[in-house]
Amino acid sequence: MSNARLMQGNEACAEGALAAGVRFFAGYPITPSTEIAEIMAEKLPLLGGTFIQMEDEIGSMAAVIGASLTGAKALTATSGPGFSLKQENIGFAIATEVPCVVVDVQRAGPSTGLPTSPAQADVMQARWGTHGDHPAIVLSPASVQECYELTVQAFNFAEEFRTAVIMLMDEVIGHLREKVELRENLAVVDRKKPSVPPDRYIPYVNDESRIPAMANFGEGYRYHVTGLTHGENGLPTGKPEVAGKFLQRLTHKLDPYLDRIQRWEEVELSDAELVIVAYGCTARPVREALGAARREGLKVGLFRPITIWPFPSGEIAKLGGRKFLVPEMNSGQLVGEVERIFGPKNIHRYNRIDGELITPGEILEKIREVMA
Amino acid sequence: MSGEQVLLSGTGGQGLILAAIMLAEAAVLAGHNVVQSQSYGPEARGGASKAEVIISDEKIYYPKVQTPGLVLAMSQEAYRKYGLNLDEAAILVVDSTYVLEVKPRQKNFYALPITRLTRSELGGEQSANVMALGVVAALGNLLTREQVTQAVLNRAPKGTAKRNLKALEIGWQLGREAELPAGNRNAG
Repeated sequence: MSNARLMQGNEACAEGALAAGVRFFAGYPITPSTEIAEIMAEKLPLLGGTFIQMEDEIGSMAAVIGASLTGAKALTATSGPGFSLKQENIGFAIATEVPCVVVDVQRAGPSTGLPTSPAQADVMQARWGTHGDHPAIVLSPASVQECYELTVQAFNFAEEFRTAVIMLMDEVIGHLREKVELRENLAVVDRKKPSVPPDRYIPYVNDESRIPAMANFGEGYRYHVTGLTHGENGLPTGKPEVAGKFLQRLTHKLDPYLDRIQRWEEVELSDAELVIVAYGCTARPVREALGAARREGLKVGLFRPITIWPFPSGEIAKLGGRKFLVPEMNSGQLVGEVERIFGPKNIHRYNRIDGELITPGEILEKIREVMA
Repeated sequence: MSGEQVLLSGTGGQGLILAAIMLAEAAVLAGHNVVQSQSYGPEARGGASKAEVIISDEKIYYPKVQTPGLVLAMSQEAYRKYGLNLDEAAILVVDSTYVLEVKPRQKNFYALPITRLTRSELGGEQSANVMALGVVAALGNLLTREQVTQAVLNRAPKGTAKRNLKALEIGWQLGREAELPAGNRNAG
C-alpha cells in the first residue's frame, strides 16, 4: 500500500524500461505515445543514458539498433504512422538478431487517422508488418500496472531471445491513469555474451539453444552485421544450404521457448459456455460486462491473451466445444487466429472502429445475442 | 463508499485534465481505487476537452464514466453535451463565466463564476482549473481538504504552488457555501 501511486500507462511503460536497464532512447514523438519520449528525455541523461530526438522514425529505429549493438538496452516508442516507418528496420533488427523494444501506442488509422483516439488496428502489422518470414513477440497490456511489468518482460525477452519485441499498447491504456504499486526487484535478464576470445567467436553460431551469444561492439569482437541472409560468420551468402539453415533457425528460434513466452489471463472459464477472447483496452469493458452477465445467469468467461504473438493457440484449443466472441477495436484481426483453430463456426465478432472504446453495455448485449 | 464518477468538461487549455489528475491523486492519497482518463482533440488550445475520474473501493474495470455523479461544465458546448440532459440525482456545476444559457433544474445545480473569480482574485485565468477542483471536491464530499491540498502540491507545475493553493481555498469555500440552503449563506 505504501508504494501506491497514481501513474499513467505511458509513464509506467517508461518506468518499466528504466527498471529493465534501458539507457538509450531514440524516437520521433507522436501522439498518443509522446509521454514516453518526454519522460526518457528527462530521466535518461540523469542516469548517464542517452536520449536522441531523431529526424524521423526510420532513423530512430536505426539508432536503436546501433545502440544495442554496443551493448545498450535500447527503446523507441511510436504510434501507427511511425510504426509503419519503423517496419523496415524492425525487420533488420530481427534478421540481425539485435535486441530492442518498440512500443506502439495504437491510435485509429489508417494513415494519420484519428491521432487522439484509440484503436487496436496494428495487431497484424505487429506480426507481419515487416516483410519475410520471421519470429515475433508482441505483448498487450490491459492496465497501467501491466504497462510497467510487461515492459520489463519485453526487454527480458528481447535480451534472452535476441530479437525486436513489440509492446502493443493502445491510446486508452497509454493515457489511462490508475493506482499502481510498482514492484521493485523484478527479474532483469541480460543478453548472453561470448565465453570465448574474439578469435574464436562465431557471431551467428547455430547451436541447440538457437540463440547465439552476442558480443558488444567496441569490446574487441569484430563481426559483420548485415540484413542480407548470412551464415554463422555473419557474412552474406547465396548458398542455399547455408541460407536455408540460417532461416530455419531464425524463423523457429522461439519454438523451444513457447511455454515460457506465452502468457494469458483466464477469468471464470471453468463453466463458461461462451468464451470471450479480448486483449488490451477491450478487455476492460469485457471484464465489467462479465459481472453483469453472470448476474443474469449467463455462463461466460474471459480468455485474455497477454502475449498476442506468439498467439496462445494451444491453450485456446483446450476450450473447444464452446462458443467464442472476439471483440476488437478493428475490423477483425485476432479473431482470425481463433478461427484458424476451430473454423469460423460458433466464432462471433464484435468490432468498433470509430475511435470510441467499446462499452460494457455493448458487450453485454452481444453476449445475450450470442447465447440466446 | 460505493464510488463516484466525475466528469470535468470544457475547452482545451482550461487545464481540466490536470484538475482531474489532481482529483485522482487525492483519491489515491485517501486509499481509494481510481482511474482517470480523458478525451480531447488534436489541438493544444481550443476544441472540446473532457477529463474523467472514477473513484471506488471496488476494482475498476471500465475506465470511462458511464453514469456521472458529478459534472463540471466550463463551456457552453460542454454544458450542452454533458449537462443539459444530466440526471437530476447527479450534481451539475457550471462556470457561469462561460455557460450563459441553462435549462432550469430543480436540484443539484450550481452556477458559479469560477473563471471570473479567478481573474479578480488572482489577476488572471490561470488556476481556474484548481478553483474548479476546489468546488468539485467540496461538493463531492469524497475527500478531505487536506488530501486535495496535498494532491495539488504534488501535481502543480513548479512555481505555481502558492497561487494554486489560494485558488483551491477559494474554490473549496465556494463549493461549501453553495451547498448551504440559500437563507443560510454567509452564516457559517
